[in-house]
Amino acid sequence: MKRLATLLAASCVAATVAQAAAQMPTAPIFAWPFGTNTLQPDDARKPGSDYMSPATQAMQRDDTQNPAMLWVANGEAQWSAATGAANKSCASCHGEAKASMRGAAAKFPRFSQAAGRVITLSEQINQCRKDKLKAATLKPESEDLLAMEAYVGMQSRAYPMSPSPDEQTRQSAARGQKLFTTRIGQLNLSCAQCHDDNAGKKLAGALIPQGHANAYPIYRLEWQGVGSLQRRLRNCMSGVRAEVPPYGAPDLVDLEAYLALRAKGMSLETPGVRP
Amino acid sequence: MARALIHMPASAKAGDIIEIRALIAHPMETGFRPGSDGKPAPRDIIRRFTCEYAGKQVITAELHPAMSANPYLAFFVRATATGKLTFTWQGDNGFAQAEERELKVTS
Repeated sequence: MKRLATLLAASCVAATVAQAAAQMPTAPIFAWPFGTNTLQPDDARKPGSDYMSPATQAMQRDDTQNPAMLWVANGEAQWSAATGAANKSCASCHGEAKASMRGAAAKFPRFSQAAGRVITLSEQINQCRKDKLKAATLKPESEDLLAMEAYVGMQSRAYPMSPSPDEQTRQSAARGQKLFTTRIGQLNLSCAQCHDDNAGKKLAGALIPQGHANAYPIYRLEWQGVGSLQRRLRNCMSGVRAEVPPYGAPDLVDLEAYLALRAKGMSLETPGVRP
Repeated sequence: MARALIHMPASAKAGDIIEIRALIAHPMETGFRPGSDGKPAPRDIIRRFTCEYAGKQVITAELHPAMSANPYLAFFVRATATGKLTFTWQGDNGFAQAEERELKVTS
């Protein structure tokens, strides 16, 4: 810990010097697990993991303790298992996930030519299954789909969130921003009222994080399992007593697109652990 | 078969104390949670974990309903001789799983 503090202090000095020279550092200050983002020192954004207890942080940081690694291991097995009518696997086209999937998860949601709309990473996995493997698509939030998502997502760990700049995704994100700031439900609350206006304060006993979606899919201790960002969003919606859209609904994809933009530059922590 | 992840060094010096971490995928359904029909879902937990080192039991644990899903157990073993470590989990509904790992011990 002392060493880390020294490192931190040293890097702060380095950052100040660099700032003076009008040369902002672009590389991450630390690699995973120490660095949590590639943000400028004056950026006020904080990932949800910054708000967690040291024990939960340690659980996420250490792959031998992180229970989401069970899903990652299943995803790794699926990656190279031939399936479907084409008798192909993900590896038949993409090869080693470590190389080919680096950064991939950080660029979703994005516009897909094949689907003709903006899709999420899990929809992309199903698109590949349908078109290339000629296999049945996986059910949203099924263990197999979460495993694939966790495995692909982990290849982008410590990679900055890089939302797609294409026109359709930007429009989707703009719609998502509108949804984020619109009051919904019987409690008449918007996402922004908690996560922008009151982040860092408490809602009942729980700390309100800033709500950056840079660690999904997450192992949530309360869920006793892995869940997607859409599960989290639906959770909040039922929390404010609003109508909850089904998985894959356009509103949820738009919100995902906005959250990706909102967390732009923050480094991916997949698979995250959350309380 | 459930997915189990075991983390331990592949080799150790004789007399060294090594840490072993065993994580297994299991719902650990308590038997107290009501399902959508209002009735409690039947209990489905792992009851017993054992680890044997070269045929000799080094740790055993009884698990109860209050333990979380995907139980994680970490413990220490003194490396004595090259041999096989056997990990077994047994539970409700005939759940039984065994994993093996080799430990190479150098003098």
